[in-house]
Amino acid sequence: MPSERMTLIDEGRVVPLDVTLHGDAVRISPDALAAALGWRLEAQGLCRGDVCVPVRDRAALVSPDGIDLAALARAFDRPLALDADERVAVLGASAAERGARLESLEAPDFALPDLAGRTHALRDQRGKKTLLIAWASW
Amino acid sequence: MYDELGERGFVPVTVALDQSLDAARPYIERAQPKHPALIDTEHVVADLFNIVNVPTMVWIDERGRIVRPNDAQFGTDTFVALTGRPSAPFLAAIRRWVLRGEGAMPAEDVRADQVLPSREQQEARAEFTLAWYLHQRGSAAAAARHFERAGRLAPGDWTIRRGSLPIRGIDSMASEEFLALWQEGVPRYPTRDLPES
Repeated sequence: MPSERMTLIDEGRVVPLDVTLHGDAVRISPDALAAALGWRLEAQGLCRGDVCVPVRDRAALVSPDGIDLAALARAFDRPLALDADERVAVLGASAAERGARLESLEAPDFALPDLAGRTHALRDQRGKKTLLIAWASW
Repeated sequence: MYDELGERGFVPVTVALDQSLDAARPYIERAQPKHPALIDTEHVVADLFNIVNVPTMVWIDERGRIVRPNDAQFGTDTFVALTGRPSAPFLAAIRRWVLRGEGAMPAEDVRADQVLPSREQQEARAEFTLAWYLHQRGSAAAAARHFERAGRLAPGDWTIRRGSLPIRGIDSMASEEFLALWQEGVPRYPTRDLPES
């Protein structure tokens, strides 16, 4: 099956990905996965650098067509939003990971631009009492 | 407030959960803030802090610890008739926190009041990200489907349900869609009341 170019958004990072489509199933060759996201399938599970995530259902993850994107998201316990027709997928953040970070009570850091395009990180305010105010024009 | 408390070790960091700089720009330009006034078109902060509506305030101490979790408070009385939440007790509580060190919650109380994101909530955020990307790319019909799906997954999240209205060309205040949201009820955080003086 010929491969197609898809866009994957991985926690904000927009990554082009060569895949094959089987209905709504998206499969990625091990090499394409390693090139795009850095994960390799090893005996211990999915590994990137020193980190390995065990894979419970290897049969669902791996087929002759490649690694299944939905099963990959499940292995990482991360949500996957997919529009196969539009060739776009989003790997979101795991609820467990986000919850654990909030429960640690250490304010998660972020860096965002102001209107002038200057980036500010929350960390820059260490040493001050900081009131984080989320608002919107809507 | 910053003029008064900025020299006492206090800083507000405002984050606009708006999909276009131009939507947030007039408010920021009018306020001429000297503190960081940031724009979060991708809802990064909503995802990290599990923010489901605006305004949402989080108190963070000098060490970067959350000492009062997500809470809907108002720095002005512009919407007090609708919200029933006057700004004066909130502003007084901020003053006491900054000047006298009062009002930070013990860790166990912060944890008790925090709402952690559900799996559906995180699925909804992924759907919202997908919808916003598709919209920016010009695929409005596909985007609308994913905005809808995001809203169904997280019905109590107005950053998704109300925040996506202007993107879809729907008025976020004077529209049937907003009226329907309003009748369902404004999302609320269970954070305990502010300490009184």
